[in-house]
Amino acid sequence: MWDWSRAFDALPLLLKGFGNTLIATVGGTLIAVVLGLVIAILLRVLPRWINWLLKLAVAFVRNTPLVVQLLFIYFLFAKHPVLAGIPSLTLGLIIIGVHYSTYMSESYRAGIDSVPKGQWEAISALSLPPARAFRSIVLPQALRATVPSLGNYAVAMFKDTPFLFAIGVVELVTSAQQYGGRHFAYTEAFTLAGLIFLAASYPTSLLIRRLEKSLARY
Amino acid sequence: MTDNLTTLFSYAPQLWDGLKITFLLTAGGAAGALLIALVLGLAMASPYRWLGIPARIVVEFFRGTSLLVQLFWLFYVLPLLGANLDPLSCGIFALALNYGAYSAEVVRSSIAHVDRGQWEAATALSLSPVRMMRRIIFPQAWLLMIPSLATLLIQLLKGTAVVSFITLQDLTDRIDQLRQATGDTFFAYTVGLLLYFVLAWLLQVGMDALEHRAAVALGRREKSGRLRSVLSRRHRPKKEVLG
Repeated sequence: MWDWSRAFDALPLLLKGFGNTLIATVGGTLIAVVLGLVIAILLRVLPRWINWLLKLAVAFVRNTPLVVQLLFIYFLFAKHPVLAGIPSLTLGLIIIGVHYSTYMSESYRAGIDSVPKGQWEAISALSLPPARAFRSIVLPQALRATVPSLGNYAVAMFKDTPFLFAIGVVELVTSAQQYGGRHFAYTEAFTLAGLIFLAASYPTSLLIRRLEKSLARY
Repeated sequence: MTDNLTTLFSYAPQLWDGLKITFLLTAGGAAGALLIALVLGLAMASPYRWLGIPARIVVEFFRGTSLLVQLFWLFYVLPLLGANLDPLSCGIFALALNYGAYSAEVVRSSIAHVDRGQWEAATALSLSPVRMMRRIIFPQAWLLMIPSLATLLIQLLKGTAVVSFITLQDLTDRIDQLRQATGDTFFAYTVGLLLYFVLAWLLQVGMDALEHRAAVALGRREKSGRLRSVLSRRHRPKKEVLG
């Protein structure tokens, strides 16, 4: 039922796939962290009617399946002479990053809202320039409340990267499926894939929990 | 565009079949997840370590390994171990286990966040542990957990889209068939995304109504004159006011 030699044989291939999983996670997180902040700021400064449209767009991206979004963009680009050349890993990490930026923008919003009112009043009392005040007074305080939540979304994104299977990115789960199919060793391949996910995500979420506790104490 | 619409209308029965599969997965997955969440969440909230620690291990295990791994494990590995599940059951089990683990954490933390005075008062009245949980603690925790459960329910709906990888013809799969039939990716997938968006919105409306009911049952919110509370007023026996 469980063959250790098969398991060791599959491991290098799985780790190679895991490399792509990590690239997608890191790339996607970078995009989401930046774009999420941009969306959160835009939602504060834009006039009301554009704001409404942006909110609708964010809700649309957040409330529809990542898999369908991946397939949509993948097939849409497939016919385009230039865009068809984008490697599916790159395409996948951009889409997953945009998807999670809609979640992260909500964390930023909550973080900015959590900055005490007195801070805003002090800013206008000192008549500080708005951009500078936002950067050096509001944002550092908002980030305290935001960072753990961003971390949790990064872990969630990590566990969603197998969805890139849909557009043919050979990440951890896809390589497990390929190995399993080729050698009829699904048990070893998928069990190992699950354990690798667990080994990476559990310590990370413990770290985030500790970070959350230490940031909350100030 | 008119060609697309004609194709869409002729394709409506297939889309409907896909919607039914997606609905079955969402409903089955959510029911299973709720059951798992209540059992594991109560175990984690209990003062007994022999209950709490195994439950915590199960929760971390199913949260930590990805949904797709669990789905593929049920679909590819289970038959090798001699248990054959049809793809629909595989999908429902995977969704229930994965989102059940996430929801268990919500159940645990909501129970932990019920005001301490409520626990103390229930103890002072020497209510039995079961009665205390059922009548005092859980109704209040339920109100706290509904918003998070609503988020998870919508994530579960979005998660159902992966079952097209295990041969199920759900909404996602039917949309791809529509793409092939029309040859118009933009049209087919816009229709698909809109359908998912409406489904998610309906779930949110339903969960908001549930939250309203839970708040009314605790006497924390007035019954409004809206339809849903008119309906619930007729069917619900009067409950004692808490909180």
